[in-house]
Amino acid sequence: MAISADDIQTTFLLGRLDWHAIPQDPIVWATFVVVAIGGVAMLWMLHKYRLWSWLWTEWFTSVDHKKIGIMYIVLALVMFVRGFADAIMMRLQQAIAFNGSEGYLNAHHYDQVFSAHGVIMIFFVAMPFVTGLMNYVVPLQIGARDVSFPFLNNFSFWMTVGGAVLTMMSLFVGEFAQTGWLAFPPLSGLGYSPYVGVDYYIWGLQVAGVGTTLSGINLLVTIIKMRAPGMTMMRMPIFTWTALCTNILIVASFPVLTATLVLLTLDRYVGTNFFTNDLGGNAMMYVNLIWIWGHPEVYILILPLFGVYSEVVATFTGKRLFGYTSMVYATVCITILSYLVWLHHFFTMGSGASVNSFFGITTMIISVPTGAKIFNWLFTMYRSRIRFELPMMWTIAFMLTFVIGGMTGVLLAVPPADFVLHNSLFLVAHFHNVIIGGVLFGLFAAVYYWWPKAFGFRLDPWWGKVSFWFWVVGFWTAFAPLYILGLMGVTRRMRVFDDPSLQIWFIIAAFGAVLIAIGIAAMFIQFGVSIMRRDRLRDETGDPWDGRTLEWATSSPPPAYNFALTPVSHGLDTWWDMKRYGQTRPRATYVPIHMPRNTGAGVVIAGFATICGFALVWYIWWLAVLSFAGVVAASILHTFNYARDYHIPAEEVRATEDARDRQLASAGV
Amino acid sequence: MSTVSPQAPGDFWEVEPHHHHEGASTSIGFWVYLMSDCLMFAILFATFGVLGGSYAAGPGPKDLFDLELVALNTAFLLLSSITYGLAMLAMVKNNKGGTLGWLAVTLVFGLAFLAVELYEFSHLIHLGAGPQRSAFLSSFFALVGTHGLHVAFGCLWLVTLMIQVGQRGLIPANRRRLSCLSMFWHFLDVIWIGVFTFVYLLGMI
Amino acid sequence: MTHHLKRLSWLAPLPLLAGCKPVVLAPSGDVAARQAELLVQSTLLMLIIIVPVMALTVWFAWRYRATNKRASYDPDWDHSTKLELVIWAIPLMIIICLGALTWVGTHLLDPYRPLDRISAEKPVEQAPLQVQVVAMDWKWLFIYPEQGVASVNQLAVPVDRPVEFTLTSTSVMNAFYIPAMAGMIYAMPGMQTTLHGVFNAPGEYQGLASHYSGHGFSGMRFKAVALDGAGFEDWVAQAADSGRTLDRARYLELEKPSENVAPMAFASVDPQLFQRVVNMCVEEGRMCMAEMMAYDAQGGLGLPGIANIAALTDPDIRGAARPVLGLPPFQVSGICSVEELEQMLASAGTTEPAAPRDLSPIRGRGLDAPQGIFGRQPVPGQLTQSVPQDGADQNL
Repeated sequence: MAISADDIQTTFLLGRLDWHAIPQDPIVWATFVVVAIGGVAMLWMLHKYRLWSWLWTEWFTSVDHKKIGIMYIVLALVMFVRGFADAIMMRLQQAIAFNGSEGYLNAHHYDQVFSAHGVIMIFFVAMPFVTGLMNYVVPLQIGARDVSFPFLNNFSFWMTVGGAVLTMMSLFVGEFAQTGWLAFPPLSGLGYSPYVGVDYYIWGLQVAGVGTTLSGINLLVTIIKMRAPGMTMMRMPIFTWTALCTNILIVASFPVLTATLVLLTLDRYVGTNFFTNDLGGNAMMYVNLIWIWGHPEVYILILPLFGVYSEVVATFTGKRLFGYTSMVYATVCITILSYLVWLHHFFTMGSGASVNSFFGITTMIISVPTGAKIFNWLFTMYRSRIRFELPMMWTIAFMLTFVIGGMTGVLLAVPPADFVLHNSLFLVAHFHNVIIGGVLFGLFAAVYYWWPKAFGFRLDPWWGKVSFWFWVVGFWTAFAPLYILGLMGVTRRMRVFDDPSLQIWFIIAAFGAVLIAIGIAAMFIQFGVSIMRRDRLRDETGDPWDGRTLEWATSSPPPAYNFALTPVSHGLDTWWDMKRYGQTRPRATYVPIHMPRNTGAGVVIAGFATICGFALVWYIWWLAVLSFAGVVAASILHTFNYARDYHIPAEEVRATEDARDRQLASAGV
Repeated sequence: MSTVSPQAPGDFWEVEPHHHHEGASTSIGFWVYLMSDCLMFAILFATFGVLGGSYAAGPGPKDLFDLELVALNTAFLLLSSITYGLAMLAMVKNNKGGTLGWLAVTLVFGLAFLAVELYEFSHLIHLGAGPQRSAFLSSFFALVGTHGLHVAFGCLWLVTLMIQVGQRGLIPANRRRLSCLSMFWHFLDVIWIGVFTFVYLLGMI
Repeated sequence: MTHHLKRLSWLAPLPLLAGCKPVVLAPSGDVAARQAELLVQSTLLMLIIIVPVMALTVWFAWRYRATNKRASYDPDWDHSTKLELVIWAIPLMIIICLGALTWVGTHLLDPYRPLDRISAEKPVEQAPLQVQVVAMDWKWLFIYPEQGVASVNQLAVPVDRPVEFTLTSTSVMNAFYIPAMAGMIYAMPGMQTTLHGVFNAPGEYQGLASHYSGHGFSGMRFKAVALDGAGFEDWVAQAADSGRTLDRARYLELEKPSENVAPMAFASVDPQLFQRVVNMCVEEGRMCMAEMMAYDAQGGLGLPGIANIAALTDPDIRGAARPVLGLPPFQVSGICSVEELEQMLASAGTTEPAAPRDLSPIRGRGLDAPQGIFGRQPVPGQLTQSVPQDGADQNL
C-alpha cells in the first residue's frame, strides 16, 4: 500500500530516503534482479572487451549529430521495452480482474503502472526516437556537416537520459506518480500525493524538458541557417520541412510545460496556491495549461513521421512526391492549428456549448490538411512502380490504420459524442490508433529506411516481415476490442471490473498485446541477425533504395564530416537530380575540414542536473545545493574552453574519399 | 518537369571550400531561446491574470505594494540597460577598458535591483503576506521571482564575461557572448516593463 | 432514430458473444440516445471519405506494384491543380457538414440545458427532479433536496421525468457518468457543474466515476435505478425510514476515504449541506468560498485579512499536508454572522429552475444570433427581462 506521510522521518543526510523507499512488492524485486543481472553482465562485457574508453571517447562525448541521433534511438528502444512491459502488465491485470478477483496488482502498483506507461511512451520513447531521427537525418538532408550547436546537441541528449534515469529509478527507489500521465491536480498536489511519486514525475520531465527545448532550438536554427547553397525553403526535403515545423512546435510549447510544472512544484514544495482547492487556487487552470502544451505535443510526435512517409512513398514508388507544395502548406496549417484545439481534451469540464463547438470545429479543421496529406501519398502511388520493401509496407499499414484513428479522432471532436466517449476505452483505442498506427509505424519505416545509411548494411527482410505482420495484426487484435469496450461504456484506468460479460474482450486485447510482444521480439532478433549477417546485407553504394534526397549522396555510414564538398541544390530531390543529370563524384583539392571537438561537459552537467533532481525528489537539501552549484560551475567552466574545434587534415579527407572511390568502383557504380 | 533536359542546371558540388561563418547561428539561436523564455513569462503573466484577483480574503495589491520602491527598482533596471548599451558601444570601438567599466556599472545596477526586490519580498513575507497566503500572492511571487532569478543569472553571466573579456580581450567569441547577454539583459528589461505595468500599476488603480 | 440504431447493428462486432451490450450505441435515456445518434451520423458522414481512401490505398498498392509491368508509369507526374483542389475540397466539405452538425448538436445536447423532451414522442410534463451529487473518496453521495433524503452509491430516479444533477466534489477532480442515461460531466471541488438527463425505461443501470481519482477509483461505481412513479415514492419512503441523519458532522465522517462502499440511505439531510460542500465550508469556522469571493471582489480584506487565518480544524484530513519549504496548511476563518451566512447559502441554493430553451432557431430558422463565442448562450426569457436592448449582453 501507499506510504503515509507519518511513516517518513526526514534526516539531514538522506532527506526522506529510508527503508520505506524499497518497494514491498515481489514483482518489483524480480524486475530488479533481472535488471541487475543484465546490468552486471553488460558492465562485465564492457570491461572484458575494454570498451569503456571507446564508449566514452567515440560515443558519450561525441558531438557528431549522427552518433547523438543513434544514441537517442538506442535510449528510445531501451525505454520502449520498459513502457511495453507496463502495457503487458495492464492488459494482464484487466484480463483477470473479474468475478471478484482483484487481479495481481494492487491499486498502488497498478496506478503507477498506467501513469509510468504514458509518461515513458511519450517522453522517453516517442520523443527521443523522433529527436534522434531528426538529429541523424536533417543535417544530411540539407547538406550540412553538423547541427548549429553541436555541444548543445550532446548536452540535450544527456539531459534526456537524465530524465529517463530519474523515471526508471522510481521503480526501485520510492514510487512513481499515481496520477495518470498528466498529473492533474488536486490529485497530484501534496495533500493527495504526499510521497515521492509526483516529485519523480516532475523532476524527470523537467530535466528531460530542458534537453528537448534546447534540441528544438538547435535543430530549428540548423534548418534555417545551415542549408546547402541553392536549397531554398521550397526545395527542402519534406522530412526537413516537417522537422522544421516540429521544432517550431517544440520551442513554442515546451516552455509552457516547464512553467506549468514549475507552478505545480511550487505548490508541492512551498505551499503556494496555484492549483489547490482552497485560498483561490484553480485546478482547471492546470488542465488548460498542460493541454496547451499537450496538444501541440501530439503534432510534435506525428509531423516528422508524416515527413518520413512522404520520403518513403516517393522513394519506393520511384516517383516525385505528388503535391509537394500543398504538402508543405498542409504541414504549416497543422502546425498553426495545433494551438487552437486544446480544449477538446476536456469538453466534459463544463464549458459552454459555444466554446465546446468552437474547439470541436477547429479540431475537425485539422483533418482537412491531414486528409490532403493522405491523398498526396495516395496520388504519389498512382502510376508508379511500388517496391514493397519494409519501409513501404509500414507506410501502407500506416495509411490503412491511421485513417481509422483519424476518423475516431474527429468523432471525439464532436462534443456530444465526446460526452459519452471521453475517458472511455474508445478514447484509449483512438490515441493508440494514431500514436502506434501513425508515430510508431512511421518510426519503424524510418528505421528500416535509414538503417543502411547509418550502418552500411540493410536489415534482414525475413525477420522484418515476421515483425511487421505480428505488429499489425497484434495492434488490431489489441485495440479493436478497446473500441468496442468503449462503446459498451467501459472507462479507462479501471483496475477491477464487475461485469463478467466484458472479460472476453479484455482477453482478446491481452492476446493482441502478446502478438505485439512477438513482433517486438522479432524486431530485436532481426537487429541481431542482421548484424551477424552484415557482410551479406552490405550496401556499398550508399544509395540502396535509389533515393532522392541528399543523405543518399554520401557513403554509408557517412564520414564524420558528411560531405567532403558542399552540395548545391537546383531543385527538389537534389540527389535524384544529380543522378538524372549524370553528375560524377567531383575531384578536388581537399582542404582541411573544420569540425567541432568532442567534449565531456555535456555528460558532466547533465549528470549534476540528474543528481540535483534526485536530491530534490528526496528532500536531500545539501546534495541539491551542491549538485546545483555543480551544474552552474561546470557550465561556467565550459565557457572558459575556447578551443572547441579542430580541423580534419586534408590528407585524411583525401584518404577517406579515395577509399570511397574504390568502394564505389568495386560496387560497380 | 516532364521533359528531362540534357543540360544540368548547374554544378552540384561546390569545389571551392565553403565556409560557414563562424558563430553565424548564435544570434538567431539566442533569439529563438529568448522567444521560448518569453513564452514561459507569458504563462506566468497569464497565471497572474487568472489568479491576480483571488486574494483569499487577504490583502490585495493596494495594501501591499509601495510604488515608490518599485519606481526606484524600475529606474535601476532601466539605467542598467542604458549602461549595458554604453558597454556595447565601447565594445564596437574596441575599447576594452570602457567595456569592462560599463559592464561593472551595469552589474551594480543589477545587484541594486535584486537587493530592492529581496527587500520587498522579505518585507511581504514578514507581514505574513507570503506566497502561501493566497493565489494572488502565489502568482505574484512566481512572476516577479522568476524575473528576479533571471536577473540574478544575468549578473552571474555578466561577472563570467567580465573575467573572460579581462583574460582574452574583445575577441570575436567574446563579442558574440557580449551581444547575447545584451539581448538577454534588454529582454529582462522589457519583461520588467510588463511586470511593472500589469502587476504594480494596474494593481494600484 | 431507431432505424439508425438498427442499421448500426453491424458495428456491434458480429457476436462472438451474446453478452455484448454496446450501451453507448443503444442506451435507455433520451439524451444518450441522441448523443449516440449524432455519433452514428458523424461516423457515416466520415465514412464517405474514409472508405474510398482505404479502397484506393489497397487498389493502388496492388495495381502499381513493381512487378506489374502493364500498369502505366509516370515518374514525373507530381502536380495537378484540379486534383489538388479536389483533395482539399472534399475533406473541407465534409468538415463543413460535420461542423454544422456539431454546432447544432452541441447546443442541443449541452448538459447545462434543461431537457426539451422526454423522448421523441413525449414532451416534458414535470419539472426536473433535483439531485445534488458529491464525488467523495471513493463513493458517490446523492442528495434529494426536494425529498429531503440522501443516499450513498445508489441513485434512484423516476422513469420519464427529467433529472437535473448539480455536481461537486470534496477532494479531487472526478467525472460522473451513467452511460445508459447521458454523457459524463466533471465534478470538481469548490465548483459546481450541471447535467440534465432522463431514463426512458425502468431498470438497473451502471453508474461510474470516469475520471481517475486515486486508489479507490475502480470501486467507485453505483447502481442507477430507474423506477416508476410509485416505485420512486417507495424508495424515498424507505430511505426516510432508515433513521440516519446526514448533518455536517456526519458528512465530515463520511468524507474520509473509504473504498467499495455498500449503498446506504439517509432519512434527513441538512438542507444547506450541498451549498456548504460547494463552498468548502462544511467544517465549522471555515470561510465559505462565496463569502471569500465577495470580499475579493471588493479588493480583499486588506492587511488585517492576513491574520484572519486559523489552523485546520482537522489537520489529519486528506488533502492537508505541510509543504517541506512552507508553513503548515491553514484555513481562512469566516467572519460573517451565522444569519448572514444562512442567508447567503440559502439564496445560492434556490436558483429558479431554468426553462427549456426555445429551440426553433437551431432547428430551422437559422442559428441563434451570435453571443460571442466565449459566452454561455443566455436563456431567451431572461435575456428579454434583464437586457432589453439587443447586443448589450456581449459577455466576452
